Amino acid sequence: MSLPPFQAVLDSHRRDLYRFLVASVGPNEADDCFQETVIAAMRAYPRLNHGRNLRAWLLRIAQRKAIDAHRARSRRPLPVEHLPERPVPPGAVADGETELWTAVRALPTKQRAAVFCRSVLGMPYAELGELLDSTEEAARRNVHEGLKRLREEWGQ
Amino acid sequence: MTDIEHALRRSAAQLPAEPPPEVDARLPEAAGDAGVLDVAYSEVDSPVGRLMVAATPRGLVRVAFPLEPSDAVLEQLAERVSPRVLEAPARLDDVRRELDEYFEGRRQRFEIRIDWFLTHGFFRRVLRNTARIGYGKVSTYGEVAARAGSPRAVRAAGNALGSNPIPIVVPCHRVVRTGGALGGYGGGLDRKEFLLKLEGALPEGPRGS
Repeated sequence: MSLPPFQAVLDSHRRDLYRFLVASVGPNEADDCFQETVIAAMRAYPRLNHGRNLRAWLLRIAQRKAIDAHRARSRRPLPVEHLPERPVPPGAVADGETELWTAVRALPTKQRAAVFCRSVLGMPYAELGELLDSTEEAARRNVHEGLKRLREEWGQ
Repeated sequence: MTDIEHALRRSAAQLPAEPPPEVDARLPEAAGDAGVLDVAYSEVDSPVGRLMVAATPRGLVRVAFPLEPSDAVLEQLAERVSPRVLEAPARLDDVRRELDEYFEGRRQRFEIRIDWFLTHGFFRRVLRNTARIGYGKVSTYGEVAARAGSPRAVRAAGNALGSNPIPIVVPCHRVVRTGGALGGYGGGLDRKEFLLKLEGALPEGPRGS
């Protein structure tokens, strides 16, 4: 068993990781979540049994950090229209952002990850299943449901 | 691909493509503070080429000449020390400063701590003794073997020096053959000659091995 130097893992996946976080928590919180994800990943890294599927592993950690960020935010005073299970971060619509991303961010966690990884990163379903800790079939369903919901809410 | 997927891809181009430089820059320090950075590395420019240097929290663990591909050096560190390896230039500031001073002729002794983790047994004893050979002095393979406790293990002493993971700082270039021929050097004989001349241990001008 040998794991690549962590710097190589980071070099390969830092862009996908960062974009995943921007899509999940918005640009304002992505920076902190990115650092927290990398530190949590480094803490766990030596205990991995193999160096396969490291992108899915990294994004799974990122997803947990994103959920933590949502929870932390929901404990703070928020605008009245806030819905806990489908959080829209305050100030989510920043420069260069589209309403589409706001709609993506409002999806349930698994659907959001599924839609982003499949549509933007082109991630294979097997890897997506790994990320979502589910079967390939369930990953496929999450993509489908997420896209359906976006289509409805985005108005197409 | 559906309409909505096209729209997602198009608008994904508006997302920032990568973390801002300040986020990347503070990452190694944050990892170090969190206690999850086991091997920090950086590059140091020198008259003998660009060196790769690596340190653990215990001290300097590796110096590599450019003839070793950096990927291979990092993989070796990941396998033999820890896979928690990050490029962290600030963590090697002391090493960089002492090396700069040495190459400018302003430093005769390195004060940075050394982590001997990559060496063991007789090899480690040979290298620890080599670390005591003073600036501008030379010793022989036989003397180094004897000081490590095995006067007849001259060839093994040569192998230990050839595998020195921390050249320059652990000055294996100061070990030469009885009679004065240069012997070998893991970093190439021209570098050995350069270092000995820098220290004034060799007369200027060509010298064979």
